[in-house]
Amino acid sequence: MSPFLPVRLAWRQLRAERARLFSAIAGVMFACVLVFMQLGFRSALFDSATALPQALQGELFLVHPLTTALFRPESFPRVRAYQTLAVPEVALAVPIYMMQSIWRNPVNGSHRAIQLIGFDTEAGAVSFPGLTELIPALKRPYTIAFDWKSRPEFGPVAAMIAANGPLHVQIGNRDVEIVGTVALGASFGADGNAVMSETNFRRLASKRDPSNIDLVALRLRPGADPIAAQRALTALLPGDVKVVTHDQLVAWERNYWETATPIGFIFAFGSLMGLIVGMVIVYQILFADIASHLAEYATLKAMGFSPGYLRLVVMGASAILAGLGFIPGILASAGLYDVVAKATLLPLRMDATRGAMVLALIFGMCAFAGLLAMRKLRDADPADMF
Amino acid sequence: MPVEPVHLTNVGFAFGDGALRRPVLRELDLTVAAGEVVLLTGPSGSGKTTLLTLIGALRAMQSGSCMVLGQELLGASQAARVALRRRIGFIFQNHNLLGFLTAAQNVAMSLELHPDFGDDAARFAEAERMLGRVGMTEFASVVPAKLSGGQRQRVAIARALVAGPGLILADEPTAALDRQSGRDVVELMRDLAKRSGMPILLVTHDPRILDVADRVVKMEDGRVVG
Repeated sequence: MSPFLPVRLAWRQLRAERARLFSAIAGVMFACVLVFMQLGFRSALFDSATALPQALQGELFLVHPLTTALFRPESFPRVRAYQTLAVPEVALAVPIYMMQSIWRNPVNGSHRAIQLIGFDTEAGAVSFPGLTELIPALKRPYTIAFDWKSRPEFGPVAAMIAANGPLHVQIGNRDVEIVGTVALGASFGADGNAVMSETNFRRLASKRDPSNIDLVALRLRPGADPIAAQRALTALLPGDVKVVTHDQLVAWERNYWETATPIGFIFAFGSLMGLIVGMVIVYQILFADIASHLAEYATLKAMGFSPGYLRLVVMGASAILAGLGFIPGILASAGLYDVVAKATLLPLRMDATRGAMVLALIFGMCAFAGLLAMRKLRDADPADMF
Repeated sequence: MPVEPVHLTNVGFAFGDGALRRPVLRELDLTVAAGEVVLLTGPSGSGKTTLLTLIGALRAMQSGSCMVLGQELLGASQAARVALRRRIGFIFQNHNLLGFLTAAQNVAMSLELHPDFGDDAARFAEAERMLGRVGMTEFASVVPAKLSGGQRQRVAIARALVAGPGLILADEPTAALDRQSGRDVVELMRDLAKRSGMPILLVTHDPRILDVADRVVKMEDGRVVG
């Protein structure tokens, strides 16, 4: 049986009641936007949480096996970085220090935790957009580069630098000079970032033992096989460090946010709520359509239309609603992404994979609503027609 | 093997179970010959409508034999009953046209059940031709809400007849109409049916239309009484 005729009948029936059709479309669109926002936030969270490992350049990295996430690293001896040079593939080992400290807002004096990242800025293992030009200036004592994508609670630093040139602020009760800005991005783990040279990091973190580091970025010689190097390093180094590739480092960070925090669950739950609300709305509309046309459906049954044909009418209606609601839904979501991305500085973007996923979810949602509403068809008894 | 379009022997039917069992048809025999117009009358509760739903394969049989258009309905499967309904034209007390379709689209719906009939254009042309035969040509693209009761019933007749059914079952088709339109509608039904040799079984309370029938069957307490 070709689905064309029943689906056309469904469309004609939907079209006849404009108000009902538009409320159904609005319902699907609402569910669509809700799911897009939830999935968008979820993915923005993971993207922003992995902004730091993403920005690190290096084929291999050393991390402490107990490090759960990079904003809260376990430190390990700096000597591990030098030990890696015993493996012939390793060209360069760059120790990286990380620490949370207190930032004093230059405008209103409020305090906020900021992540300090210190490394040999000239080694070329870490490069955030904007850093290269600042390297000479960062050699001076007590200088930092500020991440302009930090949360606005840190103060209008970028604007102040643009207006008045280098700016003095306090980090951990020390006076430091901001020589310029880099782009890294606020994450859920760190509201803001400051990048500096290794020496300046030691100056700011004077209580910390400089022989303990948090991360090592390794550059390999051109043409070296990272997997072979990883194997060789794992065999060489003691158990207080783990050798991971760049992808593994990003996945490690991501995995923390996905599994060790309720955040992944919260957004999945939010998406599910959106789908349930949308499903209930579509179900109500389809149910009302069947209930108010019971006599007509019963007539169709009496005329000899099979139950399968009528089921196709209902499923056709649900598919039409899914399609008609999805189109404005994805457009509205793309617009909202822009608005929210500007407001929160989270990397929210519409992409084809997510679009396809939400399309599938919305169609599934409408199909489920259709299957529920279909049960009402049984009440259309042609024997009651006489 | 009876050749009559409708041949009922010893049909019994009851609603409910156990102590609540209420028989509505008892040992009923009825035959409708080819091309015959039979009117079924009787007081309310005499079982006319139940009988019509059994003949129309809208209800499952309980006992007796009911041969309709060569199909035995006792023990017939759901699929067999659905298939038989496609060969019967139904006309209801209320027109039951689909409100969101035009008159022609409503009539063409009947033809969708007959895949060998052709494509959309062929169905539509046939629907318009049939509307012409019931005098509704100029209303082909009008929705039922904008038609009068008599006009709607004409469209319903066109829908019942367009696929050339072997039997027409009608349940009080004049109940919702005034005297003149009711008269017109049954005469139209009879004329169309006679021309193509379709038998009609029509349930009615309306004494004004008894004269259109070839035969009037009176029912009482689930039995044919004359």
